[in-house]
Amino acid sequence: MAMTLTENILARAAKRNEVVPGENIWIDVDVLMTHDVCGPGTIGIFKDKFGEDAKVWDKEKVVIIPDHYIYTADQKAHRNIDILREFVKEQDLPHYYDVGTDRYKGVCHIALAEEGHTRPGEILFGTDSHTCTAGAFGQFATGIGNTDAGFIMGTGKLWVKVPPTMRFVFDGELPPYLMAKDLILRIIGDIGVGGATYRAMEFAGDGVYSLNMEERMTLCNMVIEGGGKNGVIEPDQVTLDFVKSKTDKPFEVIRAQEGAQYYMEKVYKSKDLEPVVAKPHSPDNKANVSEVKGTNVDRAYIGSCTGGKITDFIAAAKILKGNQVKTQTFVMPATTEVARNLKIEKLDGKTLEQIFLDSGATIGPSSCGACLGGPLDTLGRLNGDEICISTTNRNFPGRMGSKSSAVYLASPYTVAASALTGKITDPRDFI
Amino acid sequence: MKKSIQGKVFVLGDDVDTDQIIPAQYLSYNPAIPEERKMFGVYALCGVPDAQSGLPKGNIPFVPKGDKTSPYTIIVGGKNFGCGSSREHAPISLQAAGIEAVIAEFYARIFFRNSVNGGYLIPFETPKRLCEKISTGDELKIDLEKNEFANLTTGKTYPLTPLGDIVPIIEAGDVFKYAKQSGMLDN
Ligand code: SF4
Repeated sequence: MAMTLTENILARAAKRNEVVPGENIWIDVDVLMTHDVCGPGTIGIFKDKFGEDAKVWDKEKVVIIPDHYIYTADQKAHRNIDILREFVKEQDLPHYYDVGTDRYKGVCHIALAEEGHTRPGEILFGTDSHTCTAGAFGQFATGIGNTDAGFIMGTGKLWVKVPPTMRFVFDGELPPYLMAKDLILRIIGDIGVGGATYRAMEFAGDGVYSLNMEERMTLCNMVIEGGGKNGVIEPDQVTLDFVKSKTDKPFEVIRAQEGAQYYMEKVYKSKDLEPVVAKPHSPDNKANVSEVKGTNVDRAYIGSCTGGKITDFIAAAKILKGNQVKTQTFVMPATTEVARNLKIEKLDGKTLEQIFLDSGATIGPSSCGACLGGPLDTLGRLNGDEICISTTNRNFPGRMGSKSSAVYLASPYTVAASALTGKITDPRDFI
Repeated sequence: MKKSIQGKVFVLGDDVDTDQIIPAQYLSYNPAIPEERKMFGVYALCGVPDAQSGLPKGNIPFVPKGDKTSPYTIIVGGKNFGCGSSREHAPISLQAAGIEAVIAEFYARIFFRNSVNGGYLIPFETPKRLCEKISTGDELKIDLEKNEFANLTTGKTYPLTPLGDIVPIIEAGDVFKYAKQSGMLDN
């Protein structure tokens, strides 16, 4: 039977000619990523199961990126980074991005791409549910827990169940007021937060291929909010140019086979779509911005692996340029590279950093920040009953801090437009 | 594998995500350190909004104030239990609080895997929605051989979906023991 892109990648990793959805297979892992929140537990399991003196299966293939709890006084958070540091030293791991050094990066999913660890055709597992972001590069990438990660550390293998593929096609280039975030919130609203459980989500169509890599990452980033196992986009020249600019490592592009069977296919006409938000308290609680415009918000948050890349900040700056925010606004670059680019990238002669500062926004350091609430002293954390409009990916109760806060998810355009008025605002009013 | 699991049930609704199971501010505890692992039990399910905590009435704490564990042994939930982040701290915290099994309509994939591969608890699925039919505090008895469970408080019995291809891992104890038994890992 002809295989989909995801099936074909899994077949290669299982050293088999064919795999079919529903089968359990053992696959070889190309990259294992962990961070400060799940790394210590993973290391604990690895040592417990393989012995105190055990070595990781391949030190070139383990990538450790502290990013979650960096700018906090929480001593246990610092202790956890010490655990990572010690492990890296003991194992002599080359791919570690230590806090407080020039190598420090910030949000792992963006750092992985910037540092050339995301490559077509490969298998990437990470101890973080948004590891699916890397499917944008035409690889199989998904999140796992500490036990699975400990298992991989020792063996380089893991069992997976082959997922059937749901295919989402966007016909026609996107209108200028839409971003990848609008597309994925639309899909999740249509299928529900459990709608892709145990399945792969593949994105195609000229609407998708007109997006740059960062936007494609945003699409794949949120497949987990639909319950998807992985998201994937077949590589094109844009993918290859990006990956080759980041790494010399050879890789093999894998594609779907002619006549592959999909669990379902849904086609959207890009020009018919509108900017959307996910209302509190679920990423599938979809509304067109036009339906909820005027709703008061008292915070705007632009950051995270979903909405804290340079493309997201360029979009936000287009709207904030020359205007004053009416609500407390946080600009949180995902990585140090994004933060550097805020000082370089210009719109009409002004750097993005200048545009944000002039508009009255607060710029924070590179890390996960308040995307997941985090320790109580995290910058931007919702500590009371704030209503926040955010470029992040989850708005379940208490996700950004307090249980009594409420979060609307939206594109950087919509968040920036809403920051200017203090109410949910259609970005078309400013574009 | 045990033949049965019996105890009091705590009932929750749909989309109970991992931030509700164990909020992010407690994730700096390291589950690999036994003393810190206990703290996950203390804070288990403390992120659930009060009105949804212990249905149908709500406002029931899963872990009474001052206690380290919960009086409940089984959780009944709705759709998409354990959605959200990949944190293994979620099934660990339920286990640390004393939960042996969850019964839900279906699970988010990573929570399901973590529960099975780590051997923390058994995630049962039901063919029908049950979270409105059972009340927090009822005494349940799960029969693992018959794939059903009885509500001893009301006298009603409900079917469970057979566990299927995860049985060998549950029987072995965790994914490491399973891999050893199946020859994937050296002893
Ligand atoms: S930015 Fe948010 S969603 Fe992304 S990895 Fe960090 S905590 Fe998770």
